[in-house]
Amino acid sequence: MSEFTFLFRGRKHFDSPDEAQKNMQQWMAWFKELGAAGHLKDPGHPLEARGKVVRGSQKLVTDGPYAEAKDVVGGYIIVEARDLAHAAELSKGCPILGVGGSVEIRPIQTL
Amino acid sequence: MEVSEHLFRHEWGRLVAALTRIFGAHNLALAEDVAQEAFCRAVEVWGYRGMPSNPQAWLMMTAKNCALDVLRRERTARTFGPELHRYMLSEWTVTPMVETLFTEEAVKDDLLRMMFSCCERQLTEESQLALILNILCGFGVDEIAAAFLGGHAGTEKRITRAKHTLSEAGRSFNVESHADFAARLPTVLRALYLIFNEGYHGASKKAVIRTELCREAMRLAAMLLDHPAGATPEAYALSALMCLNAARLRGRVDALGELQTLENQDRSSWDQALIAEGLGLLGRSASGASVSQYHIEAAIAACHTTASDPAETDWSKVVQLYDALTSIASSPVVSLNRAIAIAQVEGAERGLAEIAAITNRERLAAYPFYHAAMGELEFRCKRHVEARQHFRAAVSVARNPAEKGFLERRERACGEFTQG
Repeated sequence: MSEFTFLFRGRKHFDSPDEAQKNMQQWMAWFKELGAAGHLKDPGHPLEARGKVVRGSQKLVTDGPYAEAKDVVGGYIIVEARDLAHAAELSKGCPILGVGGSVEIRPIQTL
Repeated sequence: MEVSEHLFRHEWGRLVAALTRIFGAHNLALAEDVAQEAFCRAVEVWGYRGMPSNPQAWLMMTAKNCALDVLRRERTARTFGPELHRYMLSEWTVTPMVETLFTEEAVKDDLLRMMFSCCERQLTEESQLALILNILCGFGVDEIAAAFLGGHAGTEKRITRAKHTLSEAGRSFNVESHADFAARLPTVLRALYLIFNEGYHGASKKAVIRTELCREAMRLAAMLLDHPAGATPEAYALSALMCLNAARLRGRVDALGELQTLENQDRSSWDQALIAEGLGLLGRSASGASVSQYHIEAAIAACHTTASDPAETDWSKVVQLYDALTSIASSPVVSLNRAIAIAQVEGAERGLAEIAAITNRERLAAYPFYHAAMGELEFRCKRHVEARQHFRAAVSVARNPAEKGFLERRERACGEFTQG
């Protein structure tokens, strides 16, 4: 078994409160499913959209990241899977895919 | 934890109403953005961590914090609510002010203020209903379009225009002014009545949407009664009417999902708790000096719901009530219902004569139960060919699949007595 970080991108504007609630319930169900199957190594955290970015040797601090909404990382979790292909398969249940977002799957480096 | 599948939708109205009070009616769009932000956070945090123990309080607190961020960030760039603006300018007053505006009592006021604002006189009835459903009930454009058989683009345009009118008006309705309140109340009651009726008899193909419209109208009426200024005899009568009709919602369709006439409904399926509530409300509506359309319609509904079978119904009383209704709110539909009640007392031939005598009855041509009523009465007179023709006409103007199915069954029943 190897560990993978799932990065969730894309903040969604909901068309209706019912749609938002459905999406929220899908997230809860998906986490439950991953957990029950023993794949959820670390439930991670959702991230606020605002923040600061510090750059360069000048340590210049700016507000941000002001990326496009679809590129902003909205949260992460750590998943345990057999291999990258298996991890990618597991990500297909993520509700963010249904609302225009994406999941980036990155194997955690081991020595 | 078990929560209503419409938790978000119901909280939407509370959040937008409270935020509009803080930001001012001209910043309605900002209020909606902030409510949207609170819901996005709920989706993320709850999705990860599960539901908080008090989701309503969580949403309110998040909206409050988002509102404070906006007030601090934009207080030099924007003007907020005219009467509250000065409190928003100082850090000393902004937090306590916003705290008071998010208390349960304040939100109750805000909901009423919003309900009355949505019934702005400049708006058409259709726009008023769309606004109420969108802002207070959290219906999306597609849900509203489905309820009123509109297209997405047209419905969206109507809502956008109506919100523009609301924002342009600049200030929210003043619920503290007794004169304004009394003058606007009939429009508000009428809007809730129409939402309920759209659910009860409406054209939407989706039965779930129609049920939700009835529920929302009842929820808003309860909200109105919950406020001291809103608890008028007319409001009690309207609530009574909704309860007594909603009590029979389950009985209107049988186990196969097919529409049933009042006569053939399984009365044991009627919701006795709602009937009791409706009768209680009807009792409380009797305190005023005037008798409204809602009083009479509720009294008619009470005649039906308290009869253990169709023959038990006090039809002479129903006829009297329709006579009274005709004198204050005459319409071809009221006259039609009166004719049907007369047929129960004096026979089918008399009923048909009454229908033939309805003024402006050509306006009923698109109403399926006009044709169905004549079909039913002709059927009772054993004139099956005529009955069948009427049912055929009714089928051609049926408004939803349940109506169509029901009318087709009646048409077939006539066919069993005729050659063709």
